Amino acid sequence: MRIAVQEEEFDLGAEANAFAAGDAANGAIVTFTGVVRDLATGDLDVMEIEHYPGMTERALTKIAQDAKERWSLGDVLVIHRHGRLAPGDRIMMVATASPHRKDAFEAAEYLMDYLKSRAPFWKKEITTSGADWVAAKDEDEDALTRW
Amino acid sequence: MDVLYFAWVRERIGLPKEKVETDAATVSDLVAELSAREDRYAAAFADLSALRVALDQELSDFDAPLSGVREVAFFPPMTGG
Repeated sequence: MRIAVQEEEFDLGAEANAFAAGDAANGAIVTFTGVVRDLATGDLDVMEIEHYPGMTERALTKIAQDAKERWSLGDVLVIHRHGRLAPGDRIMMVATASPHRKDAFEAAEYLMDYLKSRAPFWKKEITTSGADWVAAKDEDEDALTRW
Repeated sequence: MDVLYFAWVRERIGLPKEKVETDAATVSDLVAELSAREDRYAAAFADLSALRVALDQELSDFDAPLSGVREVAFFPPMTGG
């Protein structure tokens, strides 16, 4: 299991390759990548991501450990960036490895759902006309009830 | 104890972190103490339903006791992913 909270960019291909090169008992590898999306108006300059050093690593580790208890997982990877990002930049990735496809997919969704509302990150959108904190969505909180 | 503020709570209060000497029994008591200090605190804590609290880096709630707690953090609902 690897949890990385970092400002620098990550190489999606290298990370996915290294992760998939683990135990051959894991016949299923799922990866998910989140990218900074431009606004509908197309004027997003910067997405600033703030986090709570210390709690972030603890929260991500707990979420990954809970996933490992719940599904048959050989390995879990979570990378989440902070700092100033531009539209199109990668924010984060999760990867799950399992003997079974269903476990790998479900665990990846679980990680994403919990990461959205239980990992201490806050996003601020900076546009040509100002800056606004991204509000948490009710549907993200509701998504946790399915687990 | 150390009190930390994140995102718009940090901006509204105007600092990321401060040391607070308090005998507050619960998080709510601490919030009341801070809110009574200055308008910027009162403004940040005006609507507790829009805030979350962590005690020693674990998500908690406003009724929780503060005894033995070294670090309290206030922030809006998280937006990771």
